[in-house]
Amino acid sequence: MSDIQVTLGQTSLGPRKIVIDPVTRVEGHGKVTIRLNEAGEVEQARFHIVEFRGFERFIQGRMYWEVPVIVQRLCGICPVSHHLCAAKAMDIVAGVDRVTPTADKMRRLMHYGQVLQSNALNFFHLASPDLLLGFEAPVAQRNIIGVIEAFPEVGKWAIFIRKFGQQVIAATGGRRIHPRLCVPGGVNQNLSVESRDTLRGDVDQIIEWCCEALELHKRFVHSHEALHEAFASFPSNYMSLVGADGAMELYDGTLRAVAADGAMIFEGVRPDQYRDYMVEEVRPWTYMKFPHIRSLGREDGWYRVGPLAQINCCAFIGTPIAEAARKEFMAAGRGGLVHATLAYHWARVISMIHCAETVKQLLFDDDLQGTDLVVTGDRRPEGVAIIEAPRGTLLHHYQVDEHDQVTMANLIVSTTNNNEAMNRSVTKVAIDDLTGHEITEGLLNHIEVAIRAYDPCLSCATHALGDMPLIVTLEDAEGAVIATRVKE
Amino acid sequence: MTPAPVTIVKPTLATCALTGCFGCHMSLLDIDERILELIDLVDLDVSPFDDKKSFDRLVDVGFIEGGCSNEYNVRELKEFRKHCRILVSVGACAITGGVPAMRNTVGLRECLEAVYLNGVSLEGEGVIPNGEDLPLLLDRVYPSHEIVKIDYFLPGCPPSGDALWEGLKALLTGNEPALPYLLCKYE
Repeated sequence: MSDIQVTLGQTSLGPRKIVIDPVTRVEGHGKVTIRLNEAGEVEQARFHIVEFRGFERFIQGRMYWEVPVIVQRLCGICPVSHHLCAAKAMDIVAGVDRVTPTADKMRRLMHYGQVLQSNALNFFHLASPDLLLGFEAPVAQRNIIGVIEAFPEVGKWAIFIRKFGQQVIAATGGRRIHPRLCVPGGVNQNLSVESRDTLRGDVDQIIEWCCEALELHKRFVHSHEALHEAFASFPSNYMSLVGADGAMELYDGTLRAVAADGAMIFEGVRPDQYRDYMVEEVRPWTYMKFPHIRSLGREDGWYRVGPLAQINCCAFIGTPIAEAARKEFMAAGRGGLVHATLAYHWARVISMIHCAETVKQLLFDDDLQGTDLVVTGDRRPEGVAIIEAPRGTLLHHYQVDEHDQVTMANLIVSTTNNNEAMNRSVTKVAIDDLTGHEITEGLLNHIEVAIRAYDPCLSCATHALGDMPLIVTLEDAEGAVIATRVKE
Repeated sequence: MTPAPVTIVKPTLATCALTGCFGCHMSLLDIDERILELIDLVDLDVSPFDDKKSFDRLVDVGFIEGGCSNEYNVRELKEFRKHCRILVSVGACAITGGVPAMRNTVGLRECLEAVYLNGVSLEGEGVIPNGEDLPLLLDRVYPSHEIVKIDYFLPGCPPSGDALWEGLKALLTGNEPALPYLLCKYE
């Protein structure tokens, strides 16, 4: 059967294939394919990542101290995540278990600045046009320029919150994108008093704007309750780092996974134990890696990561405004976890508040002007590190030989962890919103709205190229949706 | 009598991200509040920042981030050449292939095998992906000017927001860009 590309507005029957290419207002290259059967029902929906780079292989042979500045080129939105995760792994390789307080806090400051700017980018620049202007707003307006024109206040938050996060990165790493702060065992500079004072002068305004953005978003949630709860949603497992006391923790800590009903699947898992708890699988018929929790197996072991998982996994948030917002957020789960896919955005704004509050705390910590920057130790052959990137759990694993050259690299990036969930969301929206309708551009944007909720970073995930079919069959004599299932 | 409203025709800008990291696009946002000036200055056409997915007119300036590692990249770059009066190669990847071109010294098959057959957290047999909806990968990662004619090159990994602003503003207002030396980073 040859594919027939659908033309917008076409209602004729017959097997058809709808292609959204490229998926826009996300980072990197992706496309969606949806197959409709004779009756116009969704037979299969897939979200494809269509680029391959091969970092794991070509990084081999490089000196281990070069790695943090090379691998951050995986992603221009979250280079800091890769820079820091690689640095933490290379600390271990350098024989350093604990960096100095100045090094630790410089890295944390940089990280919280970057999670702030990256979450602002997704929420304001990429996703807010759908939320503020409507899923089916005209293409010419449905972008950040349209938002700036219609909601100048939101445009201001977008520009200045992102700018502040970028300035934190520049103050710690010398530049806004692909900064250089880390060396194995520490950092190469402390925070200048001038930078500190400039950032101190701005941080309260940033926290206030993040809080205003939260209020605005809550108005969206409360005025679209049914949509917010059901759109692209399903119960799932969640995974993220948490602190020793169960606090939300983005820079360090141990892994925790919780089931859809809130039960603990595992906790206290150190990065070097990851292969005991997580496994990536290649299913020959899909050509795609599926990370899942080993003990639960391939059917039930998939999970979600990112802001929604960070908030579902933690016991509390260690900064006051974000903690109050977390409590209100969790109330939406009526005593359980929050499973709404659009709640990623709500969680993302709370994360922005938490990051801005944490940046403020750090800016008043004199350790940032300390001069004890690097620790040395006895070289080891291997290092594994995990960090919570803006999009969720990110893992770097390296082996380094006696010549200081990398011999093995394994990266499990945030977006890969969400692959199964993103495909399920795409499939659900295709079935719920496309079945039996004339296919319009606006309707197809519903699919992309679901993808944007996860804030996928497709460049990061490109080393895990592949298609990821969840084959969904819809069978009913009347043509109604009666069942979905994952085909093995 | 009221004069007829004057329609100001703005110059147009299209952007694309080929095999890169999106950092050059992020750097464009690093012009911060000058984004408002940029919006006044230009109409954004095809771009990952909006939902316009294909060309329907001739555009003044095309902004190319990233090199070409697969057939989709080549197709998109040729579309940009066809529809953009001026094409600018932005950043290390578009200009030299950049970090993704490190695979050229290793070979494609070895890279695929390292990721899909020999990954240390894989369970069971690996398979190299080859689905019909995936683009053919190129043997090497190519810089943009080896695929199409490029009019201007703006170096940096990424070029700073200031460099992008100065370069684009000049081109969009019909001037020859003359970047101060400090804005040119050859990395």
